[in-house]
Amino acid sequence: MSMLESMRSYMRRDQVFEFLIPDTPPDLDITHGVILYLEGITVSFDGFRAINDLNLYIRDGELRCIIGPNGAGKTTMMDIITGKTRPDTGSAWFGQQINLLRMTEPEIAQAGIGRKFQKPTVFEQLTVFENLELAMAGDRRVWSTLVARLDREQQDRIDEILELVGLQELVRVRAGSLSHGQKQWLEIGMLLAQNPKLLLVDEPVAGMTGQEMERTAELLTSLAGSRTVVVVEHDMDFVRSIARTVTVLHQGSVLAEGTMDEIQNDQRVIDVYLGD
Amino acid sequence: MNRLTSLLANDTGGSIFLFLLLLAAILVPVCNLVVAPASSLHVSTYTMALVGKYLCYALLAISVDLVWGYLGILTLGHGAFFALGGYAMGMYLMRQIGARGVYGNPVLPDFMVFLNWQHLPWFWHGFQWFWFAALMVVLVPALLALVFGWFTFRSRVSGVYLSIMTQALTYALMLAFFRNEMGFGGNNGLTDFKDLLGFSLQADTTRAGLFVASALALAGGYLACRALTTARLGRVCRAIRDQEDRVRFLGYRVENVKLWVFTFSAMLAGIAGALYVPQVGIINPTEFSPLASIEIVIWVAVGGRSTLYGAVVGALVVNYAKSFLTAAMPDAWLFCLGGLFVLVTLFLPDGVAGLLRRSGRTGNRPADPLPATPEEEAS
Amino acid sequence: MTVIPAPRGPVLRLLAAPLALLCLLLLPGWATATDTPFARGIALLAAKDFQSKGRAIDLLAESNDPRARPILTALLAGRLFHVRKTGALVLAEKEGRTYRISDALSGAVAGTVKKRALRKVTINNRLRSRLKGVLARMDLSDPDASVRLAAVNAMLATLDPGSIDLLEQLRARERDSRVRDALATAIAIGGLRSTDRRTRLAALAALHGNLHPAVRNELTRLIRDEKDQEVRGMARATLASIETRIAWSSLAETLFFGLSAGSVLVLAAIGLAITFGVIGVINMAHGELIMLGAYTTYVLQQLLPHSIGLALLLSVPAAFVVSGAVGIVIEKTVIRFLYGRPLETLLATFGISLVLQQAVRTIFSPLNRSVATPAWMSGMIQVNPVLSLTVNRLTIIAFTALVFAGLYWTMKKSAMGLQVRAVAQNRAMARAMGVRAARVDALTFGLGSGIAGMAGVALSQLTNVGPNLGQSYIIDSFMVVVFGGVGNLWGTLLGGLSLGVANKFMEPWTGAVLAKILILVFIILFIQKRPSGLFPQGGRAEV
Repeated sequence: MSMLESMRSYMRRDQVFEFLIPDTPPDLDITHGVILYLEGITVSFDGFRAINDLNLYIRDGELRCIIGPNGAGKTTMMDIITGKTRPDTGSAWFGQQINLLRMTEPEIAQAGIGRKFQKPTVFEQLTVFENLELAMAGDRRVWSTLVARLDREQQDRIDEILELVGLQELVRVRAGSLSHGQKQWLEIGMLLAQNPKLLLVDEPVAGMTGQEMERTAELLTSLAGSRTVVVVEHDMDFVRSIARTVTVLHQGSVLAEGTMDEIQNDQRVIDVYLGD
Repeated sequence: MNRLTSLLANDTGGSIFLFLLLLAAILVPVCNLVVAPASSLHVSTYTMALVGKYLCYALLAISVDLVWGYLGILTLGHGAFFALGGYAMGMYLMRQIGARGVYGNPVLPDFMVFLNWQHLPWFWHGFQWFWFAALMVVLVPALLALVFGWFTFRSRVSGVYLSIMTQALTYALMLAFFRNEMGFGGNNGLTDFKDLLGFSLQADTTRAGLFVASALALAGGYLACRALTTARLGRVCRAIRDQEDRVRFLGYRVENVKLWVFTFSAMLAGIAGALYVPQVGIINPTEFSPLASIEIVIWVAVGGRSTLYGAVVGALVVNYAKSFLTAAMPDAWLFCLGGLFVLVTLFLPDGVAGLLRRSGRTGNRPADPLPATPEEEAS
Repeated sequence: MTVIPAPRGPVLRLLAAPLALLCLLLLPGWATATDTPFARGIALLAAKDFQSKGRAIDLLAESNDPRARPILTALLAGRLFHVRKTGALVLAEKEGRTYRISDALSGAVAGTVKKRALRKVTINNRLRSRLKGVLARMDLSDPDASVRLAAVNAMLATLDPGSIDLLEQLRARERDSRVRDALATAIAIGGLRSTDRRTRLAALAALHGNLHPAVRNELTRLIRDEKDQEVRGMARATLASIETRIAWSSLAETLFFGLSAGSVLVLAAIGLAITFGVIGVINMAHGELIMLGAYTTYVLQQLLPHSIGLALLLSVPAAFVVSGAVGIVIEKTVIRFLYGRPLETLLATFGISLVLQQAVRTIFSPLNRSVATPAWMSGMIQVNPVLSLTVNRLTIIAFTALVFAGLYWTMKKSAMGLQVRAVAQNRAMARAMGVRAARVDALTFGLGSGIAGMAGVALSQLTNVGPNLGQSYIIDSFMVVVFGGVGNLWGTLLGGLSLGVANKFMEPWTGAVLAKILILVFIILFIQKRPSGLFPQGGRAEV
């Protein structure tokens, strides 16, 4: 009987065999208003628990700041979200449908998560323009990149980004000869070109002047809403200028969450920052 | 034609090289076949075969430059792909001998008769047809590169680890091909070839034809690599070379890019090997030796990485020096080669091409500082 | 007397001539004493019938006279004659057409004679086997234990129930344990031929697990011929037990070969593991540093041709110094300028390896040189009749263990090791703490190179020393490092030993070359699962 049933299930015309279904992640589903779920995540390196039972939810369109002392696990958390590090336990979902723990870094990037690194990492041998071109959204398969040409629309988009990050004079310059601040801007530009749903931004204003910081704050706030932005930052002034919700990480788990004012008056946070 | 001019638009070195190559492809056969032997302009068949051999080496060097200079994979095993292409061609040439061998067996090559084999091994079937052999010349190296690359790139083996693995690959193949039971002639390899597509390999016209074919293959290989490196894929390659992880976070599947470029490079190496074998008249397992593979790398290093034409210059210069020195002072050659490795890495990291570029640049635009090499950046 | 042992020293040689003369003067009186069994035996040898000759053999065997044995041996070999004219008994040696004879009783050389002058003391087959038994029995009471052992083993083929009693007696007073074991085996084999069923069963029980080759033959014969069901079943079980032991022994032997091959790999790779793991330098000239160590041994043996063993012992520190010094020179002149550029270091050191190879070729000739093995390193230790371990391989295993322990101590306990580890973990921090990083790099490289030199000394005892010696080990060494995990001494040890053992276990099935290829393929597959080897160095990596 059951054999007959299973035979029938193989014969059904409205279904394909399971192994024939391509292994592509489903589309981003944020019907519940939450774009990122991190639940019960633990990671240890050689016995040291970098992340300890971390639970974090990011709402769609939010601008979230994450602060915490050194070693609180901020960068490791980003590593987990982008697929660089696999947690020992826990789950990480992008929307309701996409299981981040089953995907490689490129798959996660293509699903719509972009990352700016703590230390600006741009391709130093390539020009500013070429850096942006590579980051530009598009088909990433080998053959497509071999025959790819920039169309008018993409060209305009790159020009637009160049203007936004203030590098239009330096289009043909090798990224390696940019200043630290310019590299920061270029990386932000690459993040924009990638056009992700969720932006993970690790210390964006390190090495920037006060004026540049203001512009960055402006840019990030303008992005929030249509996209979701998670910022890790040490600079409290900067955080205060952009933050709506702040999460404090300590020893690998969430210590406190709330508005900047709530956080600043939280006794536990004060203890952690002022030393115990 | 449009495509060609756009390819060579910013490539002065490449344009000069292609022009010279075209000139050689016409002049050398003409000076060999038409000009009277007494004339001072006559090119002997020996010289033509020698230069033809160098052209095959140059194509091999380009294939190594593609993966080392643009993708950052220091391959110490490209000789394996070259040799596999050579063996595929050698097998066709062996089958062409037919009953003219020493033992006169119409099907079995001499060494199999000598080993008392009764039947042709299965993998020798089909090599009586040129088209099949030509297909195998590219398919066999490609398959090996695909399998090897799939395993190593997927597990993110890179840097010196990968270099050592490539060396181990060619070493293993050398050991295997030295065995008589493998069915490739053991340490004698394949030799005593008679003719190719019906043309006698001893005839000057055949030799001239092979020379022209080598020159065309080199030109074609150069243009193909140039097209690849100037496409967006080429920029992805250079990005991978410098910041592999960052490329992943941009959504590119680094292992796939590496895999296909590596495989393409292996195919080029296979073609070089196939053209090489009829010109030197023998293929044996020493082509698989780790030393042979690492020598290719030094050609590229001498000529200058990530320029393509630098690899050609390096292959020609180093091999000419080798031919000259092994004849004049056999003991000195390994000293020179060893010294070359040390001196180039210490004092000439960008090779001859880098030297030319530097002198050209200081003449025209002194402003732009020379970019640092990727390894320096990584440190 | 005739049995004076071959004179050794010059003093003895001087004494030998007068002594022999003295014996000759004494002999006539002694020989004429016709009532001794020896004299009667000699007399009976002249008889025509075989029965008397048989008596003669027995008499001679029982005589306890030292002259009896050479006479009986000669009789068995057909070299015992009577001189027709005088009737004197002589031992004869054929020399072309004539015979050189010596007196059988006095041992005095009696010149050369024609064949006609002699009459052979003839024997038949029955006497021949009797002679063999008699001779073996005489050997059984020889003062030298190894002669006794050989005699017992020789007897196994021709045992008869009659000789069992003799063997029992011998066993009762035997002191040497090996001879006693052999005697027990012989007695048990004799027991197998007994007509008494219970004796056979007892003998089978005694032979359980006995590895002597004769036992196996005897058991196979017994299984074929035996009528008794129970005895046959037990014989089968005994044979099975023996075969199990043989299987274990051959397993142990393969393991031993594997371990010795593995320890060579460990020796070759461990220096590499240090330079590669600690200072991140891939040294393609490592193989040539091994080769230099081997040539150091060769040179020292040329300098001290009469004390090979001493030269070998001296070459261990000498090779360490030579290879270490060359390593430091390489570090100071080339590698120092290439830190942080591993691929270029690889190329430069490969160039150095070519130069070193050619230098050796130019200085010593391209031909292989053989390095002698001292007496205390040759020979083998017999564990049981089917398992013997060669001493030189045992020595190399011990040497590897010693080098490993020394290195481990240096890295973990000494001040230098502490500095090396500090630099390896965080160069900038170590420098800030006052560690002279450049000096530590040079010393580490020197240490790794020096160990390569010592590996060369060990290798010189296994293979010929030639310019290509290093090349053949470099890839294997890299495989060990990759397999074991970079920068981990235990990983290198385990990796090297397991690769060596795996290689030796595969060889019988696949042949040496294919085994090597399979190992390479295995490693390529292995790093799929464990990209950083058996013992990876953990931690959070930076982008």
